Amino acid sequence: MLTVDAKLERFRAGSPPFRLDISIAVPPGITILFGPSGAGKSTVLDCIAGLARPDAGRIAAGGEVLFDSKAHVNGPPQTRGVAYVFQTLALFPHMNAAENVSYGLDRLPDQERTARVEEILGAFRVDKLRTRKPSEISGGERQRIALARSLVTQPRVLLLDEPLTGLQAELKAAIIEDLRAWNAARRIPILYVTHTREEVDALGERVIAMDHGRVVSEGTPIEVLEAPRRKWLAQAAGFENLLSGTVVDLREADGVMRVRLDDSRCEIEVPLGYAAVGHRVRVAIRAGDILLATSAPQGLSARNVIEGQIVAMETRGTLVRARVNCGVEFIVHLTPGATRTLELAGGRQVWLVLKTHSCHLVEQ
Amino acid sequence: MNMDALLLSLRLALCVSVILLAGGLPLAYSLAYSNWRGKFLLEAVVALPLVLPPTVLGFYVLLAMGPRGPLGKLWQMFFGHGLAFTFEGLVLASVLYSLPFAVQPLIASFESVDRKLLDASSVLGAGRLRTFWRVILPLSVPGVVTALVLSFAHTMGEFGVVLMVGGNLAGVTRTVSIDIYDHVQSLEYAEANRMAFVLLAFSFAVLSVVYGVNRQVGRQIGRRLWTAWTAK
Repeated sequence: MLTVDAKLERFRAGSPPFRLDISIAVPPGITILFGPSGAGKSTVLDCIAGLARPDAGRIAAGGEVLFDSKAHVNGPPQTRGVAYVFQTLALFPHMNAAENVSYGLDRLPDQERTARVEEILGAFRVDKLRTRKPSEISGGERQRIALARSLVTQPRVLLLDEPLTGLQAELKAAIIEDLRAWNAARRIPILYVTHTREEVDALGERVIAMDHGRVVSEGTPIEVLEAPRRKWLAQAAGFENLLSGTVVDLREADGVMRVRLDDSRCEIEVPLGYAAVGHRVRVAIRAGDILLATSAPQGLSARNVIEGQIVAMETRGTLVRARVNCGVEFIVHLTPGATRTLELAGGRQVWLVLKTHSCHLVEQ
Repeated sequence: MNMDALLLSLRLALCVSVILLAGGLPLAYSLAYSNWRGKFLLEAVVALPLVLPPTVLGFYVLLAMGPRGPLGKLWQMFFGHGLAFTFEGLVLASVLYSLPFAVQPLIASFESVDRKLLDASSVLGAGRLRTFWRVILPLSVPGVVTALVLSFAHTMGEFGVVLMVGGNLAGVTRTVSIDIYDHVQSLEYAEANRMAFVLLAFSFAVLSVVYGVNRQVGRQIGRRLWTAWTAK
């Protein structure tokens, strides 16, 4: 288990100070640290590795205290037993793959060192590249060697800072599989930083979402991404409709509130959130969660039925993207089949149906 | 031709370059990687010989080395003779005079090493010394070669400082440049020309060979770094 309590303040010329204030616990296995660039993800990793020093806090891994501002403990990076794979990988350009991997094992006798290097090169399927320099091998192979170099030291914790950026999905998945297999027996905490939704879906056991130096959400990928509480999280999670509005009515008994969308007479019902009448809110709705009807629907459980007109249709592969003007513009995703059957086209009058629970309140 | 003067110059240049490399590595390291408050003062001191007239530097070094100067007294105490007008004194003065030519290229090449490589090294358990030997130094080969060549060539060609500190003692402090000056003063142009031409040809040959080698090494390393960087 890795526990991190860290407070840190950095003053930067010409911009507001950056403040980091987090408290997280990372169990064995892969945990994703998710957030937009500038959220402080890499700073968290630097604090754990000892490359940055928090102003206050405590960091412990596997029962060992790595940093404790009160007890004046601040272990240097080389004694922390924390492995760190950087976004740039930072393989030593003048050493071949085997030399890179054995770099962290200088205290071992030759024979054991060679054995360990061979074992891990095999585990990450790069044993044929041992005499190649980093410049002579492909991106995916470099990533595997960087992983092997970090893990061969048998660290307490593994930190990965977007190490698989730029790789194809299949290659990524294969490397992740090898990493999981390696960690199955060892069960060390792995903190994996990313800002892309696909990696969260591919890796997802646990997600910690960060923004502006704070943890904003924590849980399974579904919990964190399906009910986004922040605008960037909504965008990252693929909510095509992000609408601003004003709360006009709270119905606490029903667990809902009504929101009037900006620049229109359009009102929708959304789940009750922390807001009062008159408050400005933002509502996120997935384009795929909206139903479209060509006549006014009746007898529906859905509370939000909005009349509008199709502005434009656009086919993207097996998906049709319709822009519908209801005073505000909605994006709706349809199948080509539905589009044909309903004879949908620009200018056609339609009704949009939104379930209350498909409308998510998002913090400004 | 005065072979003594030529050999003396070569010996002096060799001693100075070796000492400057040994001392320049830690000095350049601290200037490249540390960030203490008074660092700019040290930087200014290191660069001083670039702008000072050799006579000014030579004058103060001579005072320091004289029988009443701090260096002279210290030397007298340990070795039983003075420092001024000796080969050792000449070495010391030349080391100071050529300091920026050794330190500046080292700083430049240390600073060009990707900081992430240093972070990676320390996370992998290496202390500063090991990181220096295994990562920084191998990636700074062009800078090291440049530092060696420049301090060697600069010492070969120095005149003012030698004249101030060493005087003109045959076999002890009479270097090539002093010898040439002597011949010109005595209107022995043929002798002066022979010596000057040898120095010119030698300097050109050394510089060409070393820059040639250096460029290949530099290119090779540059290419490796470049590929690593562009493929990320």
